[in-house]
Amino acid sequence: MAMPTFTREEITHLGELSRIALTETEIVRMQGELNTIADSINKVQQVATADVQPTANPVPLEAYLRPDEAEKPLTQEEALSGAPVKEDGMFVAPRILGEE
Amino acid sequence: MTNATEIVKLTAAEMGEKVRNGELSSRELVQAHLDVIEAAEPTIKAFLKVSSDEALEQADAFDKLSADEKAAMPELAGVPIAVKDMIVTKGIETTAASKILEGWVPPYDSTVVERLKAAGMPILGKTNLDEFAMGSSTEHSAFQNTANPWNTGCVPGGSGGGSAAAVAAFEAPLALGTDTGGSIRQPGAFTGTVGVKPTYGGVSRYGAIAMASSLDQIGPATRSVLDSALLYEIIGGHDLRDSTSIPAGPRPAAAAAREGARRDLKGMKVGLIREISGTGDAFEPEVTAHFNACVKMLEDMGAEVIEVSVPRIDYSLGAYYIVMPSEASSNLARYDGMRYGLRVMPPAGVPQTAANMMSATREAGFGDEVKRRIILGTYALSAGYYDAWYGSAQKVRTLIIDDFNKAFEQADVLVCPTAPTTAFEFGSKIDDPMAMYVNDIATIPANLAGLPAMSIPSGVASNGLPTGFQFVAPQQKDEVMYKAAAALEAALEDSWNGPVWQKMNTPWLDGLGA
Amino acid sequence: MAEKLMKYSEAVKKYDVVFGLETHVELCTNTKLFCPAHIEFGGEPNTQLTPVSLGLPGSLPVINQTAVDYAIKLGLALHCEINEWSQFARKNYFYPDMPRNYQISQYDKPTNGNGYLDVELEDGTVFRVPIERAHIEDDAGKNTHVGGADGRIEGADHSLVDYNRAGVPLIEIVTKPIEGAGDRAPEIAGAYMRAIRDIVRALGISEARMEHGNMRADVNVSLRHSPSDPLGTRSETKNVNSFRGIEKTMQYEIRRQAAILDDGGEILQETRHWDEASQATAGGRVKSDADDYRYFPDPDLVMLHITKEHIAEIDAQMPEMPRERRNRLQGEWGFNATEMRDIVNADALDLIEATVEAGATASGAKKWWLGELSREANAKGVSLEELSITPVEVADVEKLIADGKLNDKLAKQTVAGVLAGEGTPAEVVEKHGFKVVSDDGALEAAVVEALDANPDIVEKLKGGNMKPMGAIIGAVMRATRGQADAKAVTKIVMEKIKG
Repeated sequence: MAMPTFTREEITHLGELSRIALTETEIVRMQGELNTIADSINKVQQVATADVQPTANPVPLEAYLRPDEAEKPLTQEEALSGAPVKEDGMFVAPRILGEE
Repeated sequence: MTNATEIVKLTAAEMGEKVRNGELSSRELVQAHLDVIEAAEPTIKAFLKVSSDEALEQADAFDKLSADEKAAMPELAGVPIAVKDMIVTKGIETTAASKILEGWVPPYDSTVVERLKAAGMPILGKTNLDEFAMGSSTEHSAFQNTANPWNTGCVPGGSGGGSAAAVAAFEAPLALGTDTGGSIRQPGAFTGTVGVKPTYGGVSRYGAIAMASSLDQIGPATRSVLDSALLYEIIGGHDLRDSTSIPAGPRPAAAAAREGARRDLKGMKVGLIREISGTGDAFEPEVTAHFNACVKMLEDMGAEVIEVSVPRIDYSLGAYYIVMPSEASSNLARYDGMRYGLRVMPPAGVPQTAANMMSATREAGFGDEVKRRIILGTYALSAGYYDAWYGSAQKVRTLIIDDFNKAFEQADVLVCPTAPTTAFEFGSKIDDPMAMYVNDIATIPANLAGLPAMSIPSGVASNGLPTGFQFVAPQQKDEVMYKAAAALEAALEDSWNGPVWQKMNTPWLDGLGA
Repeated sequence: MAEKLMKYSEAVKKYDVVFGLETHVELCTNTKLFCPAHIEFGGEPNTQLTPVSLGLPGSLPVINQTAVDYAIKLGLALHCEINEWSQFARKNYFYPDMPRNYQISQYDKPTNGNGYLDVELEDGTVFRVPIERAHIEDDAGKNTHVGGADGRIEGADHSLVDYNRAGVPLIEIVTKPIEGAGDRAPEIAGAYMRAIRDIVRALGISEARMEHGNMRADVNVSLRHSPSDPLGTRSETKNVNSFRGIEKTMQYEIRRQAAILDDGGEILQETRHWDEASQATAGGRVKSDADDYRYFPDPDLVMLHITKEHIAEIDAQMPEMPRERRNRLQGEWGFNATEMRDIVNADALDLIEATVEAGATASGAKKWWLGELSREANAKGVSLEELSITPVEVADVEKLIADGKLNDKLAKQTVAGVLAGEGTPAEVVEKHGFKVVSDDGALEAAVVEALDANPDIVEKLKGGNMKPMGAIIGAVMRATRGQADAKAVTKIVMEKIKG
């Protein structure tokens, strides 16, 4: 795989995908920085051959399964205590565009 | 004993002993440290929040316990502690040093804080860090720069610069940190303190704000190896709320540290990691010199020193800077202005939708380094690049683990300098992310492989700044490094006629005596 | 603007239909998939949360054992391969009802893979639906749109979010592309969904109430000219939440896509939704790289290990599956296939089984539940289950008939009394003094009176023509206010004629 290069369009798109309204200045600066970083990290591909198994978690464990027993939940007041905007025991979202 | 300066210069183990034998109350310990905090903070700025009232309340509650109840508690019972602001504390503002979480008061305690409370350890406050633990200098905090107590023009390291500086400056005898790529160990090296990253899964991550889940680990920041071991045994051990927690109790670290203090390492094989043993250009000569002197001391205590190779370690920086931002990009998605923390509405002229609110909030609430890593991680995980980047990085982890396994067939514990340099000046690397990243070259491999690792002070360079010596042990063999480190610490302190901090000027303690 | 549609019969003649269903089934565990918050339908908003299901910083997921066991049960029922090792991944996308802005779902290593479900259609045809996977994932919260017309998203001013549902365990059952269904594709889709509902209810792993959103489906449809062609571009109609809706969505999409293809147009790969009001699917979002979900293994969770021994344990406790049960009961009861389908379609299987268990004959039980009681339920607009008569009470009535204590007419009056809340059948009989007149002098007198009043009928009966017997019985019934036993009346008449 060729060396990845970050184009302006790509960074703009990544900003949308990660919900960050990057400014023009940030996009330009990040382009330079990310390309430098990409250069130095891209070499992982050299040794990552098909026969190597991936490691997701450094300590091999199998999942502990929790008994289906309820514990005391947060109160509604606790749940909403950090809410930037709340109404009728619920969190308020600005207008949602898109599908359900 | 009423002299604050004398009190705070004790080790935590000594403080615990004086509490147990009635020489000191927990309240006196807390008050002495609050006094130091008041005097030191204008210079050091290690704390984002000092929780004086809560700490005194906890101390009083402890002091009221019966002698029998106290006797049943751990050795550090009654000794206060500072907590990195990356760790959730119920009722005490927790921010991760980010504007996006400013003002958030958690409705729950992390597991480690629950365990501290159960051990009767009052919480002095929350320490500064690089925003969301992303950085190596604490300069990426959204709120303040923390100074290195050895030279206030230099950084204390990062991300846990606040915890390390607080411990080094005697504002706290103990602190908790989180270590994703060296965030406990590198600040330890920069501030002449002991920083430990336990085996991955050895300490519960429940309530540690996640940066990179498969790399993050909570650990102790202290001024002595024994203090570190005692604290680790309190916070460590299985937790059913963390699926990555190892189903076993903490390793016998304190016993190992006490054994090590006898300075007998016969039968122990110490492996120098050839690839990062201080010979490259990146290493300052004095860092290398101190490292070599320490290796000699280990040998003098009976250890067999050999050279081992971890050949694929060269790929760890690349793997780290893929895995870490990938996981971080996902872990930090929850900061969106909906449930807690900051909300910023889009500017006029932009539709006032939920999606645009999230984008405006995250743009305003995250700092540059956080945004850079989120963008990088989003890229590394995206469909077209997953195999080449994230997939490859996971494979590199496998290779590095294999390499370490082979090295541990030859040696019981591995050693290398903690950081290639001593602490650098404020602003000297902030605009060059790559230069900052390279500073973590010696600490990152242990996180990728889930290994326990610790940094202890190895000396003070001619620039007046401390250097660090790192031990790396096999998974679930934390005690091996505690033993070796305690031996080296004892030998070094013998050669210095006391702890390394005696070489540090502490003007903020002047006038606290009477 | 109304879309152009082709006539259904023409569309399925010209095009080969391929479809797929992604069915979400909400599991009825006590607590959530990854945290110990109790789940309850219709609780106060934001009261069923722990730090985990609210996505608070620092919180971590821990897998619910019961949710995994329910998934294994479903996997066994759908003849799936149950993987020894499965893994949860993060599906990353931003939405206000998602507390972490990623869903935890199984991706390339699901618990259940590769199965099938045999679906029986109304005419008895059995169609095998191939299953790709049945994986475990967690649900999102709920948005209520405020300020717009009737709670719709369009024109809403803002939304209120309740995260109670966030973290509720779901199983998503994904079929392979279903081919060869022809013009019966919508019927098969509906029958498949009903079969899934019956199975999850029989397993006791979900209430499967579509009106509560316990069960919903995404319907994928594509057309091609011939079965030998590659698959066409598909549309995906999201979150259809009724059986009729699924069939109608299928019909509509087949007609809509056929019309587009017939005009030489191209099908957009898009997500759509079924609009009950307009009886049409409406265009949604065109698929784009905004759907880059950046799946990766959730580093907060480790591999899920399911041993063969554990699967065997669960297998040993599996209840009988609905189709097997129907076949068994059909044999036991001696009904034909049509009769059995009528019972199933009337949702009377459980009721009849319980009535038979309480002592009634199968035909007697069927007669009541599909006859009188179905009419009553229809008239009231309720389900059979909701009628205020139990299978045991129906069996009691049947017993009174068998013992000769009630005739058909009195039995109906007794049932009417039970339905009206007058008490048990015995109490109703007692209250109204229902009693079959069979062997006393009053009956004989009534017969004599009736015969005397109808000499022409007597002649016919004497001549061997039994047809007018009913008229005599009717007269006796009138005279005894319905309490006569028809058999006894016939017997007396025959004696009188011979005598």
